[in-house]
Amino acid sequence: MNNTNNINEIRTIIARHKRWDLLALVAGIIALMIAVLTFIALFGNMVIDGMPRLTWEFFTSFPSRKPEIAGILSAWVGTTLVMLVTAVAAVPLGVAAGVYLEEYAPKNFITEIIEINVTNLAGVPSIIYGLLALGLFVYQLGLGQSILAAGLTLALLILPIVIVATREAIRSIPVTIREGAYALGATKWQTVADHVLPYSAAGILTGIIIGLARAIGETAPIITIGALTFIAFLPPSPVQDQFPFLSFEWLMEPFTVMPIQMFNWISRPQEAFQHNAAAAGLVLVLMTLLMNGLAIYLRYHLRKKIKW
Amino acid sequence: MQIFKPANAASPTAQKAAVNKLNFYYGGYQALKNINMVVHEKQVTALIGPSGCGKSTFLRCFNRMHDLYPHNHYEGEILLYPDNENILSPEVDPIEVRMRISMVFQKPNPFPKSIFENVAYGLRIRGVKRRSILEERVENALRNAALWGEVKDRLGDLAFNLSGGQQQRLCIARALATDPEILLFDEPTSALDPIATASIEELISDIRNKVTILIVTHNMQQAARVSDYTAYMYMGELIEFGATDNIFIKPKNKQTEDYITGRFG
Repeated sequence: MNNTNNINEIRTIIARHKRWDLLALVAGIIALMIAVLTFIALFGNMVIDGMPRLTWEFFTSFPSRKPEIAGILSAWVGTTLVMLVTAVAAVPLGVAAGVYLEEYAPKNFITEIIEINVTNLAGVPSIIYGLLALGLFVYQLGLGQSILAAGLTLALLILPIVIVATREAIRSIPVTIREGAYALGATKWQTVADHVLPYSAAGILTGIIIGLARAIGETAPIITIGALTFIAFLPPSPVQDQFPFLSFEWLMEPFTVMPIQMFNWISRPQEAFQHNAAAAGLVLVLMTLLMNGLAIYLRYHLRKKIKW
Repeated sequence: MQIFKPANAASPTAQKAAVNKLNFYYGGYQALKNINMVVHEKQVTALIGPSGCGKSTFLRCFNRMHDLYPHNHYEGEILLYPDNENILSPEVDPIEVRMRISMVFQKPNPFPKSIFENVAYGLRIRGVKRRSILEERVENALRNAALWGEVKDRLGDLAFNLSGGQQQRLCIARALATDPEILLFDEPTSALDPIATASIEELISDIRNKVTILIVTHNMQQAARVSDYTAYMYMGELIEFGATDNIFIKPKNKQTEDYITGRFG
């Protein structure tokens, strides 16, 4: 019965090996749980603390010395306007730089140095951008502690993200498509405008949203350029009821943003302000999750149409 | 599979282009060595030879495709008749060359646009804007590419929804829409099944009287079936060039004979 022995031996070996399988599985799940549970605990804590404060009034009230009537109106308006400036500045610059590096730049030593630096820029601590902006935008260019200065600062911060995303999206277009356009007699610009940009739009958009989702939570560079923590008024509205209907006065106004409002409340001794901070944090996290969700949606659904 | 015999292979025809002392270099590597050849007008010329012999490289000289990548350079000339222009000259804009000479690639490469827009693209970059002209010329091109019947009811569909063979015929229609003087085919059937291959070969023999064709092929039977003239290349050199019948029935060169009879390659 040599055969039976053999089979039993094999089964013992398999059982022994499978113990390691189980161990690896358990270790993996534990590692994952540590990350996920930490987030859930933080988020849950924030929901419990902040949820009761999330009323309509919370969104439509200015900050106040009295925690129960304080709100985030100036913060979310400030964040929205700063993000608007950031997007308007970072998107054309980042996309143009990405297109240049992929389609136009000669492949030489200088280009390579620039490419390495762009990638490195993404890793520079955000407070360094704050220092640069303080010197350049706030003092040198005289923009002051304004929405414009903050928006441009965050634009600088996410520029590398937009550039890298643009380049990766462009690089995923097969060379045969590009050659197809050139073979018909298209110029470089026609190829870029008619093919490269439209086919990489989903990827570029994803990169922009991920960049903005990062910018929305940034605190350090905004504090560095001197954003106020207590703002009880709104900048003049960008849209007016009289000709020319658009106003850019708001660009030069002082402002606050969500994370700074949070920071301000957290540093207060009163318990009730902690709840306000939690509520503001909840709003901020939801905004970020929403943006990331949109990015994931774009990546999977817009790209489905184009399968190389 | 049907055999399409060249009907007018023997009759002497005008020349569309002449290749004189063509050398081509990828950086320091010489891929084409002193090639001399003529391209007969409204005839099919096949370029055959083993992998890496330079036949695709040669073909891509005709529409200056090599200009898209750095460190490539040409020596010698390709004269295009009747205007005697050396299309390899640095003074000649490669875009001008590509507007005169179209290309169909190895793998079907339709744009992720509608069927209509794919065919219309070449016209659009030539500045054609009138809808009626676009529609007429797209229809003509699709008819010439034997695709009109299959797609006339869904011109707005994404080109990716077509089968591989239909996509390749769409690419041929795209190349034909601009009335090119020469149409280049770079192994147009190598990514297709036998039925789609037969339809492409049939299409080539349908349009042979309308346009000068240069075709690179891996498949010797295909060269014998579709071409009037054949050039056999080996290691960057043109070994033998002549009427297809002569090349396949009584090749002058021993190497050509070995390749054609399948003794090597």
